[in-house]
Amino acid sequence: MMHLRTPSRLVTLAALAGLFAGSPAPADVLPDNRADLFYSKYSGGGMNINTYEASAHANATENIGLDYSYLVDKVSGASVDVLSNASVIKDERKQNSISATWIHDKTSYTLGYSNSKERDYISNTPHFSLSQDMFGDLTTITLGFSRSRDEVGENNGTANDPKVAWLGHAESRAYDVGISQILTRNLIAGVTFDVITDDGFLQNPYRSIRYYSSSGLGYTLGSQVYPDTRTSTAIEARLKYYLPYRAALTGIYRYYRDTWGIIGDTVEIDYTHPVRNKWIFEGRARYYKQGHANFYADIFPYFDAQNFEGRDKDLAASENLTIGAKATYAWLPDGWKVFKRSTVTADISQVRFKYLDFRDIKDYNDTPAGGEYAAGTEPLYHFNAMIYQLYLSAFF
Amino acid sequence: MTPKLRHALCASVVLLLSACGSVQPWVKPYERDRLADPVMAWDRDALSSAFLDHVYESREGSRGGTGAAGGGCGCN
Repeated sequence: MMHLRTPSRLVTLAALAGLFAGSPAPADVLPDNRADLFYSKYSGGGMNINTYEASAHANATENIGLDYSYLVDKVSGASVDVLSNASVIKDERKQNSISATWIHDKTSYTLGYSNSKERDYISNTPHFSLSQDMFGDLTTITLGFSRSRDEVGENNGTANDPKVAWLGHAESRAYDVGISQILTRNLIAGVTFDVITDDGFLQNPYRSIRYYSSSGLGYTLGSQVYPDTRTSTAIEARLKYYLPYRAALTGIYRYYRDTWGIIGDTVEIDYTHPVRNKWIFEGRARYYKQGHANFYADIFPYFDAQNFEGRDKDLAASENLTIGAKATYAWLPDGWKVFKRSTVTADISQVRFKYLDFRDIKDYNDTPAGGEYAAGTEPLYHFNAMIYQLYLSAFF
Repeated sequence: MTPKLRHALCASVVLLLSACGSVQPWVKPYERDRLADPVMAWDRDALSSAFLDHVYESREGSRGGTGAAGGGCGCN
């Protein structure tokens, strides 16, 4: 199935996960032992993805903690830009992640490794991070680094009879700096700065470009050619405020830009509201908008029109809006036997994707040139996705 | 960068760092009860956040900066 778009940054940012994983607790205390079972279903744009994950955190000593997680993605279907040039796929991805955290005085060090494997894509990522509390534990600074090496392939067979051709390697390095700051007794702030560099085979072999031609459709499909390097910079700022009654409001803004010419803005607002000590409800709205990559076009004027050519919809100008709600129920608030407490959480989100210069040739690719939709005038693509999550957490 | 500017910058950094040693926490530990409330956690569910970040990273041109682990599949 190939996950070229996210070359194993699966743990690139894990370095900072600890920084934002909990309340502004000092780094010199390990979190409780816990175990999680996670299920999610994504459905939209012709894709169905079921994800199953089991995860555990255990403290070996007072200052050494261990984490392990195992994840399986089961994918069926294919998105619009694949359907325009390939058959429906059915595939599976498995990911193992392990890490160890050592706390010494006000500093915590985390070393981890992750492996992600599917038929046509293998990724290995070691990562390291350190986190330092200072100024009376009002401030936490985190530095992270990870380096991944990916093997990129293409399945030229079928779902049941794969024939994978290995096309090349991609390497990724990520450097992260984060700061979390207590500002007042009701307000905390966080800033993350993140630079990622990629090098190697970065294009997605399952996507195609198209260019004007005298064929019956008015266009012909061709191969994408991407640059073999990419550097991206992202900065995110977040504020969380404890309201006059027991509830919290979060505001997040992220600015992104990269050497492919993509500039993106993300804004998110979350509201968290507990009811007695049994429930926590959360609502969120997220809006994202991006400009297209400088080598992207929905349709090129002629064959080989420029050095780099891409028509992956992820490179197109687009926007999306997410509305989500989450409910957490503490079904063992006072613990039971070895368990200190346990919670079950249900989460549902709808994402409306809208593309501003990517046209839907899947539904209209049988229209002859000069027909209802001539090449390059097809309707812009859009779709809605539903995301369901259900998970069980036990603390001991 | 001129030598004068470089010296001024070094002096500023030294002053800033020396100030750090005497910073007193303006929110005392006993005043952090609200911040310790679970509703004030940056991210109560790391698995869920990583999953959602992954969903977005797989379908958007942007990546990184979210302070949570993404992961894997762009899934055609």
